[in-house]
Amino acid sequence: LKVLALDRVTMPFDNGERPLVKYPQKRPMIGITSRPPQLETPFPVFNEGPITPNDAFFVRYHLADIPLDIDPATFTLEIKGKVDHPLRLSLEDIKAMAQTEIVAVNQCSGNSRGFVDPRVAGGQLGHGAMGNARWRGVSLKTVLDRAGVQHGAKQVVFGGMDGPVSDTTPDFAKALDVDHARDGEVMLAHLMNGRDLPFLNGFPLRLVVPGYYGTYWIKHLNEITVIDNTYDNFWMKKAYRIPDNACACVEPGTTPTATVPIGRLNVRSFITNIPEGAQLRRGGKILKGIAFDGGTGIRNVEVSVDGGKTWKGTRLGRDYGRYAFREWKTPVRLAPGPHELKVRATSNGGDVQPAEARWNPAGYMRNVIETVRVTVS
Amino acid sequence: AASLYTCASTTATAGPLSYELPRETIEFKPGPNLDVVKNNCLACHSADYIATQPRGPKFGKDFWQAEVNKMIGAYGAQIDEADIGKIVDYLAATY
Ligand code: HEC
Repeated sequence: LKVLALDRVTMPFDNGERPLVKYPQKRPMIGITSRPPQLETPFPVFNEGPITPNDAFFVRYHLADIPLDIDPATFTLEIKGKVDHPLRLSLEDIKAMAQTEIVAVNQCSGNSRGFVDPRVAGGQLGHGAMGNARWRGVSLKTVLDRAGVQHGAKQVVFGGMDGPVSDTTPDFAKALDVDHARDGEVMLAHLMNGRDLPFLNGFPLRLVVPGYYGTYWIKHLNEITVIDNTYDNFWMKKAYRIPDNACACVEPGTTPTATVPIGRLNVRSFITNIPEGAQLRRGGKILKGIAFDGGTGIRNVEVSVDGGKTWKGTRLGRDYGRYAFREWKTPVRLAPGPHELKVRATSNGGDVQPAEARWNPAGYMRNVIETVRVTVS
Repeated sequence: AASLYTCASTTATAGPLSYELPRETIEFKPGPNLDVVKNNCLACHSADYIATQPRGPKFGKDFWQAEVNKMIGAYGAQIDEADIGKIVDYLAATY
């Protein structure tokens, strides 16, 4: 991630030049699109610590009619559909209910799409469409229990205040199975790292679905509908689908025969303190970075300084819970010459990052072992 | 009909919040049929959606035809039949 001028960055893939843009409540961010706003976190932020600051957290919208005036005093969340007691809750009502807290990674399904080879259409993101925050609010189970989910309920649908510009464009809404929605971990968050959600991150209330891709984390959440069938709008049935197999992959350039909605994050890791193309001095060096997965937690992280021929273990940092970024670090010795630095995480579930990138038509779920090329003098 | 259960709200909250988006500066590059493209492709999103897509031989006419088809089929863009070819030509020649 090279800063060319003060206001441009170039990500290491073709057509990867982006403006650095300044939005209210945000530090300079990588501008992906301006209407609707899509902002990527500059990668060095991930080296600052395991919690991604609110002013650096990535922003993803699909549809450009986003709410720009919100009155927290009149905001309401509606819970309806197959429930015994439809509810209309104010923010104060929500804050008065039993509060829960979780540290969890939110990652865009298409994070790192710019690196997908062969390239595919969609948001051309580097690695910065992810972030790890401490979310606080009310468990969705608490709210659903108060509403009284009826027998035969199958899914819960979530809608936010943002919407399409044209009424011919399908509104953005997502659904979770009712058992998942009631697992006690899915929550409605109004605080992020101890503060109100930033406007562009879903103020005043967003869904937090620990371990699941960001597409489910509905922002400006104001509508929850319990249904007795499988939700089949465009965003569940046509978009955000992955090949229905263990690797979520197909032969590059081909179309999967069967697909399912995207679900849990796969295991990933990054070196955060050395950028691509760095010139380093010979001798001792500390490598450090982050690892995460979809909720089993990180078992170990290994690094290689010889392009993957040999690997050595690293020391894991503080455990913020199984949905959080886990920091790692280790000392290495670097001889003069070019080096390929690699990092590989293994989850508690036994999943290891693959050496070869997997491919699917939408460019989702990249989790190949990443490589940082450096020169040592 | 289902009864509506409303919780009492007593605590005072801050007033309304307004958010001001920065001005949109990105524009389509000059090229053939630019006006047709602007008229059809700026209603729902900014031009950087187009400018950031991958380039190269695999991202020529077929790619842009598929994108325009997706805008019409999936997202409900209403584009005159006669304009589709012009838009695809512009996109293939310009991006
Ligand atoms: C009626 C609405 C609408 C119109 C008109 C429209 N688009 Fe889109 N377009 C969308 C939506 C919705 C998306 C998805 C946005 C997202 O997920 O961030 C999109 C995304 C895109 C993308 C991103 C890549 C992708 O496949 O998602 C490109 C490129 C694009 N549009 C090109 C165009 C072009 C070219 C035109 C004019 C011919 C056009 N759009 C007109 C709604 C529209």
